[in-house]
Amino acid sequence: MILQSQLPLFPEQASSIARQVDYLYFFLVGISAILSVGIFSTVFYFALRYRRKSEDEIPKPIHGSTLLEITWSVTPLVVTMILFVWGAALYYRMTNAPPNAMQINVVGKQWMWKIQHPTGRREINELHVPVGQPVKLNMISEDVIHSFYIPAFRVKQDVLPGPEYSSVWFEATRTGAYHLFCTEYCGTKHSGMIGKVVVMEPADFEQWLSGVPTGETMEQAGERLFVQYNCNTCHNTSSGARGPLLDGLFGSTVKLTGGGTAVMNEGYVRESILRPAVKIVAGYRPVMPTFQGQISEEAILQLMAYIKSLKAPEGGARKGGEK
Amino acid sequence: MASETTIEQALPRKHYLNASYGVKSWLLTTDHKRIALLYLMTVTVFFLLGGAFAVMVRLELLTPAGDLMDSETYNKMFTMHGVMMVFFFLIPAIPAVLGNFLIPIMVGARDLAFPRINLLSWYVFVLGGTFAFGAMLAGGVDTGWTFYTPYSTTYANTYVIATAFGAFFAGFSSILTGLNFIVTIHKMRAPGLTWFRLPLFVWAHYATSVIQVLGTPVIAIAIVLLAVERVFRIGIFDPALGGDPVLFQHLFWFYSHPAVYIMILPSMGVISELICCFSRKKVFGYHFIAFSSVGIALLGFLVWGHHMFVSGQSVFAGMIFSVLSMLVAIPSAVKVFNWTATMYRGSISYQAPMLYAMGFLGLFTIGGLTGLFLATLAVDVHLHDTYFIIAHFHYIMVGGTIMGYLGGIHYWWPKISGRLYPDMWARFSALVIFVGFNLTFFPQFVLGYMGMPRRYHAYPEEFQVLNVMSSAGASILGVGYLIPLVYLLWSLRYGQPAGPNPWGAKGLEWLTPSPPPTFNFDETPEVTEEAYEYQKDYEKQRGKEAPVG
Repeated sequence: MILQSQLPLFPEQASSIARQVDYLYFFLVGISAILSVGIFSTVFYFALRYRRKSEDEIPKPIHGSTLLEITWSVTPLVVTMILFVWGAALYYRMTNAPPNAMQINVVGKQWMWKIQHPTGRREINELHVPVGQPVKLNMISEDVIHSFYIPAFRVKQDVLPGPEYSSVWFEATRTGAYHLFCTEYCGTKHSGMIGKVVVMEPADFEQWLSGVPTGETMEQAGERLFVQYNCNTCHNTSSGARGPLLDGLFGSTVKLTGGGTAVMNEGYVRESILRPAVKIVAGYRPVMPTFQGQISEEAILQLMAYIKSLKAPEGGARKGGEK
Repeated sequence: MASETTIEQALPRKHYLNASYGVKSWLLTTDHKRIALLYLMTVTVFFLLGGAFAVMVRLELLTPAGDLMDSETYNKMFTMHGVMMVFFFLIPAIPAVLGNFLIPIMVGARDLAFPRINLLSWYVFVLGGTFAFGAMLAGGVDTGWTFYTPYSTTYANTYVIATAFGAFFAGFSSILTGLNFIVTIHKMRAPGLTWFRLPLFVWAHYATSVIQVLGTPVIAIAIVLLAVERVFRIGIFDPALGGDPVLFQHLFWFYSHPAVYIMILPSMGVISELICCFSRKKVFGYHFIAFSSVGIALLGFLVWGHHMFVSGQSVFAGMIFSVLSMLVAIPSAVKVFNWTATMYRGSISYQAPMLYAMGFLGLFTIGGLTGLFLATLAVDVHLHDTYFIIAHFHYIMVGGTIMGYLGGIHYWWPKISGRLYPDMWARFSALVIFVGFNLTFFPQFVLGYMGMPRRYHAYPEEFQVLNVMSSAGASILGVGYLIPLVYLLWSLRYGQPAGPNPWGAKGLEWLTPSPPPTFNFDETPEVTEEAYEYQKDYEKQRGKEAPVG
């Protein structure tokens, strides 16, 4: 739990990756201990053994040894390459979420974390997750750069105010409450941008999730916003629609006006809402107004959930898009 | 002290310090030695100022709650500590003070290649310092010394531009110094002084100068873009206008990572001199140490991305920067091994500069090894922006650079001032600094792995014990830094005259009187041997002991 003894020296391990990061860390500590003790004791030994005995003592000159130079260049090379490969392999795992990960949305702003679950349940500066289930956080900032850090999970990821969403994933292995810190300096109350991650048994989590009636899921909220912001007046099924039909488009590659293609992912959808003129789907005119300053990051995420849920129309003929 | 010098010596009658008098003779001087002293006074003031900010930070962190000052003040304190120490102390300290004083003498020249540019560099530096200090008096700045966007461009309400331009001007001063060193080392070496007869101090400064000249313009560009973005909102870094906030980090670290080598390489140069002198030995593996400086300087330009492993940089880029960062460890390790080997079968004395050098070996080794943790991708994810980073770079930048700087100041003080300081006090201060330093920063490694983020005004209670240890260490460290200030000033008046070569050291600077005459040498010296050449002394001594060879 958060409060341990008076002088804790090691963080808790509460995620599937934590133990593996710690093994690598111990390996590093071991190597560092061997090398530094080796160097310190050699320096001390030489300093004592060869201390100046008389004022006019001149020792026999030694010029160097190529063999030694090669030895102490190649040895660190081997050690550092082991570290690199080990660290990179683990990093690769840390940055690739398993496909079955549950997605939760996080919006950072000065100085709080706003979280919304797909069911619509919201929380601030707290994140409830089930134990033993991979969770992927989809994160964006409303203002400056923040960084989402859970020490007990050994994961951290900067949260940018665009242009891209960033993500981090973890699988909690122990129930309990753990620190959540912002680790990118973000202004006056940076050290107040903290919270806790509560890891629960799956059944408890389900109960928690449905504990408060939320009214609508993120998808439903997105559907409402799609009408509220008049998205549907252009992005619809009519043959003369001024915008591309979004159904089934998410994840596909679209052709752009002026050549080139773009994958319709989270970043592209957000950019199209905030800066619609940047990438126009081929065959359409740049008539969409910007929603910058009129729509919150949470609303964009809800729209995103709705757009993702839209299935491709039967028959599938559309302008510009291709699967 | 060598036996020849124990007889009471008088200072030379005419030297650079008494060649002329009056404020004008200092402010308009083109003598590299006087300019070095101008720099010495200036960077000492900035160091004390930066230290005062550090005191405030450590006092606040005694308790978990942010109770000594409000958050905004605290944020200004660590920002101004960083700005002062990095741009106005660590970067100029060794090159502009010791490098300025010694490089012309070490290469046997009368002055640097461009004496007026040298003086200009000091004025530009003072201008930069005035900007930064003025911004602090006006109310300070709270962006962190890293000025990350879009906080610095859009959200901070403090004196960002004035402070950034302080760093901008300091950068130009650094470019001018680097340029001067490069030309001097290429063109003004004394007859017989080939590249591989140069002291390693000169090699280290050559490598440093290359970074200063090639790297500093990039921070200048980054600062100008930051100011333009802040004032005109043109959308370079602001994503709402199509900009990329991480672009700033790339530009910033493209300079600021090599800048770490601007701080540490000159210190490594000092350490090479100290270890040879106080072991009375030729350096072990001269070429390897010389080329490792150049290697560090070049590789140092290719590792900036290791500051962005969790910034959203691609996984592939992360891997490239990780492997390149690992490679930088090798020339650094080579140096440490060679210094250690130099002591083997030496004649080692424990005078104060050598204690600083040994302290450097210890602290730099820990700093370097903990750098491996941060170059290891998966571990860096956990450690990035925690106190582990703080501890690591203080081991390099304070443990490495300041130990080297103080070691160098103590080693060449008799040359600079012509007088000796009390060695007992100097050894005592070296010990106090070493102990205080480790007590301050070692607990921060533990705090970092525990997960305590940097730049936190308030922190959870379980981190308090380690923070109290750190603050206690800082108070010892502070005392350790003040002691030399006292006895060095004392020695200016009461110190025994040093004589030309109080340590029995090798190198051209020890052939000229202490303090040196204005033009360094009465006649241009001719160099006939390699650096740290004790061979003849050894043979002479052997000859004395056993006349039949």
